[in-house]
Parts: sequence; structure tokens; C-alpha cells
Amino acid sequence: MLTINIDNVPVKVEEGTTILEAAQKIGIEIPTLCHHDDLCIAGNCRVCVVEEKGKNTLTASCATPVIEGMKILTHSAKVQTSRKHIVELLLSEHDEKCTKCYKNGNCELQDLASKYTVGDYLFMDLCEGKEYKIDDSSPAIQFDPSKCVKCQRCVRTCSEIQGVNVITVAEKGKDMHIQTFMGLPLNNVPCTNCGQCVNHCPTGALTERMYYDEIWEAMGDDSKHVIVNTAPSVRVALGEMLGYPTGTRVTGKMAAALRQIGADSVLDTDFTADLTIIEEGHELLQRLKKALVDKEDVSLPMITSCSPGWIKYIEHMFPYQLAHLSTCKSPQQMFGALAKTYYAEKMHLDPKDIVSVSIMPCSAKKFEANRPEMHSSGYQDIDAGLTTRELGHMIKQSGINFLDLEPQPFDSLMGESSGAGVIFGATGGVMEAALRTAYEVVTGRQVPFDNLEILPVRGTDGIKEASIKIEGSLPEWNFLEGVELKVAVSHGLKNARIIMKQIEAGESPYHFIEIMACPGGCIGGGGQPIPTNAEIRKKRIESIYEEDRNMTLRKSHENSEVKKIYDDFLKEPLGEKSHKLLHTSYTKRNKF
Amino acid sequence: MSDVTEIIKKQINQSGKKREVLLPILQSIVERDHYLSSESLLQVAKSLDISAADVYGTASFYSFLETNKKLGKYVIRVCKTIVCDMQGKREIIEAIENCLDIRIGETTRNNKFSLLYTNCLGWCHKGPVMLINNEVYTELTPDKVRRIINAYKQNKQEEL
Repeated sequence: MLTINIDNVPVKVEEGTTILEAAQKIGIEIPTLCHHDDLCIAGNCRVCVVEEKGKNTLTASCATPVIEGMKILTHSAKVQTSRKHIVELLLSEHDEKCTKCYKNGNCELQDLASKYTVGDYLFMDLCEGKEYKIDDSSPAIQFDPSKCVKCQRCVRTCSEIQGVNVITVAEKGKDMHIQTFMGLPLNNVPCTNCGQCVNHCPTGALTERMYYDEIWEAMGDDSKHVIVNTAPSVRVALGEMLGYPTGTRVTGKMAAALRQIGADSVLDTDFTADLTIIEEGHELLQRLKKALVDKEDVSLPMITSCSPGWIKYIEHMFPYQLAHLSTCKSPQQMFGALAKTYYAEKMHLDPKDIVSVSIMPCSAKKFEANRPEMHSSGYQDIDAGLTTRELGHMIKQSGINFLDLEPQPFDSLMGESSGAGVIFGATGGVMEAALRTAYEVVTGRQVPFDNLEILPVRGTDGIKEASIKIEGSLPEWNFLEGVELKVAVSHGLKNARIIMKQIEAGESPYHFIEIMACPGGCIGGGGQPIPTNAEIRKKRIESIYEEDRNMTLRKSHENSEVKKIYDDFLKEPLGEKSHKLLHTSYTKRNKF
Repeated sequence: MSDVTEIIKKQINQSGKKREVLLPILQSIVERDHYLSSESLLQVAKSLDISAADVYGTASFYSFLETNKKLGKYVIRVCKTIVCDMQGKREIIEAIENCLDIRIGETTRNNKFSLLYTNCLGWCHKGPVMLINNEVYTELTPDKVRRIINAYKQNKQEEL
């Protein structure tokens, strides 16, 4: 242990601790910008400089490990002046049209400016006269270089968390900027649209593409029937934007707010999550049967297909392994296909009048909704996929007092859900939900875990493994008797790559794998409130499992609306109608 | 011409398929082609299995790894920094521009010469200086520059 002194307060820390971490330990706040808990140290913005007694120059506290006996001043006059200049220098290269910016009010640079920049500008405005081109080629993400402060958080995110590396630091010195390969538009490079760069961007340089204006219009149009479905992870994060502590569940308030802002029907993506489990569970059992009984050549392990960032990743990076993907559409797309068929039929609506909106923790859902194959209802199945942030923004625009709102339930017909559907939002949740159902289908008994909680697939380890031995199977499934079902769960595309390399080499020991593009699963999605970091992800995950625990209905196959849709409409899992509406195919894409 | 397979193969055989061979590969391609085309960069990325953006980012960092446009056979780089400027860089540039009928940043139509600025070459005591490919020429005067360029035009640079 080393002892140092920060602002005259002694603190004992382990060797290797940075000055910034040591200060945080004793509650002293040092401002940062290029620093993010999820990412490696960059030390390029210099906002976190502190004064070290006995040294002439200032020290970047995020990038400097402590030395025994150090005496640090975090807000001496010298530090304050330098910080002010540093922030002003950053601003001189930043197009400060804050009032016109989507991130207005949720911008780290703006916060710093309000803290440190007082009085006249000392430095030249370097944005003036420069021509900036906004890249809005992607349906999911847009990049405005005029707001970029070159902190490189996006570059580090794309590389360290996702291993995708589509954005890079190009050139150097005053010409240094962030761009794709040769400056190609984002829709022309292997970007997965996961939006992690957006979630890690401290300014408004990287944002999702916003579509809420069109939704306001549809909501105000009496001839349109606006039907909204909300993803499981939205309810544990939306509150953060509207005055609640991190991890507060606002399910009922969210439904009430959506109704109040003009949705004609507020339904639950968890319903189609439950449906996904029925379809995907049967698909897995069918593949196992083909492999074990019919000795057919089927692709195992089977991998989940709920995460559109992951889907685009595998299409680009492992185009010859697409057969491993479950053919099930994601819950969003299942919902869309059913909204304009089953729902329209039951509610006596013309599908052309239905505007189907989903609220997602995700920016890749925007791309997914626009995929050409997602028209199985005869119309674009999902008209718009909004992020949690966009919904938060809409609720703020509406002037609703969210804190005082009386919680309301979801509407019926595709509004009922189980705890299994809810936990889709956390890494391991799809696996747990699938096992709860598949085990029971095969054995007629509950999955052998306390209170249905399959703990080995929970938690934030990058790759988790579990196995369940199938014993006492029903006659129909006796070919699975004694089989040890091996499963794996990964989140963050860097971990997906490890799993896929194993499959490519023919060395994968698993039967079934859940892969989510974002760290922590959907609760850490690119469309979630900013900031998101390890601590916040943990709280959202706890909250999602709590929602599951509190529900009486906790298995997908016990959802009565799911049973009803099979009785009235779909007939059977993997049946003809399911095949048409709920399953899809994938596209080989270019790796470079 | 733009097929860089051989160059890549040679470097990988020499040092293995790893990130460290990226720079030697890029240098060898520039030596042969006088620039890095997007096709070449893509092929390097594929061969080393690293992202194309990474390859581009690395290449664009180095001034001598040209990624924008094809340069001439002889790349003239005149020091633009303050000491050479005080010692008459402007006249040197003018002399070269007149001699080759191109402006700074351009390449002659026969693709033989390109004229660029460079940062300090470390020859401040003998400025103004310029670089033609890897050769340094010091204590330049407009006359001396014309002589040098003419020698290159006639492929007699060895006689300089």
C-alpha cells in the first residue's frame, strides 16, 4: 500500500492506482472527459490535470499511477486556470450550437464548460468556415464531426468492447480526426449499429438517428392506430432520465406515459419474447432430434438471434457460419409481423392504418426494422424503432410529470408477459428463459434450480457456461435421456468473436449459445440512457431479476396470451404460419 | 500494378502474420507504387485479418505513406519550418514550381515529380533543404535547385 496526500487528505491505495482513482476513493471529484470506466486510459483530453507539489508541469490524473508520498492539489489556482484553458481549447474545435443539439442538457463537454468557462473566449473559433459533413447514411447512427472533440472514446469502444474497429483515428496533429476506412459512409462499412460508440460519446458527435417527430405526427393523426411495444430493458433504465435513481423499475409509469402521449395501444415486447422462447426452444429441440435421432447434418450449436447488432456482426465477420443462427426473428420483429396480422385481425383494423412503434434499448433495432425481409405482414412490420433515450425525450417534450404518474398495466392482446420474457433484457436471460421452458417440455418437470433461478448463466462475466443433465424425459423426448445439455452465454462482441472462432475451428462443446452484442445484454444497450457503466449495468440487471422474482407468471409457455395465439392463429410452434411470420433468413456481408 | 499479394506474402513469410508486419508491408507498397490505394489497403487488411479502418488509420498517420493520391516517381519535399523559411524557402519553392510547371501539392503530368512540403528534416544549419525520395539536398539556392531537378529529369542524378 502507498500513502499519498490529495488536497491535504492522506489516502492509502494499492500500487498501480491512478491519482484519479485515489481521489475518487476519498470522494474528491476530478473532472474527466476522455476517461470512461469501460475503456482503457487514453489521457488525451487533459481535463483531469492536477498539480503535483515539486513539479513544474501539471499531471494528467487519469493516466498517472501514484507514487509514495505524492502531494496532489486538485483545484489550486494553477489547476483551475489550466483546466479552463483546456476546456476552452476543446470548445474552440467544437461547434457550439448547444441549443440545437440533441445532447443539450446531457453533454459532458457542456457540463465542463458551465463549470470552467467564464467570460470571454480566449481562443480562435476553429470551426468557423470549415465545412463539416454529417454522416447520416446509416438508418441507426449518425456522426457529426463538427461536434467531435477527438477524445477517441468511440474508437476505443469499437475496438476494446466490440472488437469491430470500424472507426479509427486518422492522420495526426491538427488534421487528426475520427473516421471510417477512407472516410466511407457508416452504412458502407462493417458497422454493427450496436450504438456503443453513441453511448460512450461525451458530446453530440455520435447519436442515434432520431425518428420521434414522425411518431408525434402519427400519434396526432386520428386515422392512424399507433401501437407501441416496449422492450424489457427499457423499464429498468427509462427512470434514470426522468428523475429516478439508477435501476428503478418504471414499468407501469412508462405504460401510463405512453398512453398519455398518444399511443392507442401500449403492449409489451416481453409477450413476443415469450413467443420467441416457444419457437426457439422448439427449434433447438428439433435440431437436437435431427442430430441425435435422424442423424441429419444440422448446425449445432444453435445461437440466439435476438440481438440485431450481433446478427449484423456475424453476417459481416463470420458469413459462413450463419446456419448456426436460430431462424427466429427477434422479439421486436415478431411483434411487428403479428401487429399487422393477428392484432389487426382481432381488433378489426386495416393493417395499413397501424403504425407499429417499438421502444428499444438499442440503435441496431432501427436497422433491423428497415431490413428488406422484415415485411412479412405485407407492410413494413415495425415502422419505427425508438431508443430508450428517444422515449425519455418524448416524455420530457410532453410535459408529463412522470414522477407523479399513476402506474397503469399494459393493454391486452400481446400485452401479457412472463418473468422469462422480462429477463431477456439481461445477459443470460434468453438462455435462462429458454431452459425454463425447454427442460419442462422435455421432462414435464420444472428446471432443477432453486426458485427457477439459473444462476450459472447470470452475472457479468464475458463468457458464462452451464450444463443441465436431462433426466426422466417424457417418452416423446427419450432420445435426450441422460444428455448433458451444454450452453454458453456471451455479451460484448469481442466475446462473441471468441465463441465464433471456436465454432469455426469445430471445437465448440456447446449445444446452445446466447450472444448479445452489448455489454451486460440489452440493459447496457447502445440506446440506453447516458451514462452507462459497469455499476449502472449491474443495478439495471438486479432490477430486471427483481421484476422476474415479483411476477407470478415466470415461464414463457404459461403465458395465456401466448397459448391463445397458438390456439387461434399460429396453430403450432414452427408451423406454417410461424414460419412465414416469425422466422427469417440472413445475409452474407462483406468483412472489410 | 495494384496487386500487392507478392509484397504481403514476402513480408509475412519473413516475419510472420502479425500486427508488426503492417508497417513494413505499407512501406514496401509505397516504395513500389508511390502510394497506397484503397484496394491495396483492403488487401493488406484481409491478409493480416485486421480491420480496414485500422490499416487506414495507421497509414494516414505517417506523412510518407501517401493514401490520398498517386505520387510521382520522385517526391520532392521542401522543409516548411521556420529556419528554412528564414533562409529562403519561398524562392526555392518558386524555382521548383517554375522548373516543373506544377504548384505545391501537385504531380507532373508525366508522373515523374511530385512537390510537397515536409516538416523539419533536422538540417537547420544548412537550410534551406529538400528531400527527393530519400536523398537530402542542403544549402539550396534557386540555381542549385534547377541543376538538381534537371539532373533528375535526365536521369543523371548520380552525377550530382
